[in-house]
Amino acid sequence: MITRREFLVLTAASVAVPAAVKAQVDPNLVANRKAAFQDALRRIVSDAQVRRGRVKLQLPPLIDNGNSVPLSVAVESPMTDADHVKAIHVLTEKNPLPDVVSVRLSPRAGRASLATRVRLADTQTVTAIAQMSDGSFWSDSAEVVVTLSACLEEGLI
Amino acid sequence: MARAVVTLPAQAKRGEIIEIKTLAAHPMETGFRRTQLGELIPRDIIRRFTCTYNGTEVYRVDLHPAMSANPLIAFTTVATESGALSFQWVGDNGYTVTEIASIRVE
Repeated sequence: MITRREFLVLTAASVAVPAAVKAQVDPNLVANRKAAFQDALRRIVSDAQVRRGRVKLQLPPLIDNGNSVPLSVAVESPMTDADHVKAIHVLTEKNPLPDVVSVRLSPRAGRASLATRVRLADTQTVTAIAQMSDGSFWSDSAEVVVTLSACLEEGLI
Repeated sequence: MARAVVTLPAQAKRGEIIEIKTLAAHPMETGFRRTQLGELIPRDIIRRFTCTYNGTEVYRVDLHPAMSANPLIAFTTVATESGALSFQWVGDNGYTVTEIASIRVE
């Protein structure tokens, strides 16, 4: 038979454990990743202005498994020598590293497009940035909900 | 087992935009995972994918750890002339795979 005193001690202990686990997570994690995202963005665009539009980023809005997420980017461009897309970059806000993929293109690509599969660590915003031959930057972003993170699965070695 | 698979049309009309799909067999180990003993598994990923059409680079991709295992890359190019398309994947630990496909352009 459990006494009232024992019950209270046990309950307090079970509540205290999750708090202790939480304390091990870096409290600056969110801020650090946000800073890493800004750094990556700065490295790509330096101090140019990024405008919305021309880029179409497609991702499923709800993702069951963050280990393999179909992602496609298409940029509106005539892809001529005078006016084409030079590069496409995909960045994430909350992955351990902000960069996902970078593509270099020339008019020989015909269409400025990319289809691939990526890993997403968390529910977050994914951003695609296109650099045009005239030096302008265009972007699109998509918000996704991830139910199983790509980074939780441990190696079985 | 093939280490890489490339799908593209065998023939095309001149100036036509053709779709190419590539798939490389690679675990793309991120370098952020740990074993059950808590040791960090070292990073082992493909760093770069390049497609050259008769010697001219038409598409280049820089890959980061956030790419899925067995990375799929699908893209387009303009069929300009008959010849060979070469696909190369280069990665950590000396990983290099080259696939060559030919195309007939009318």
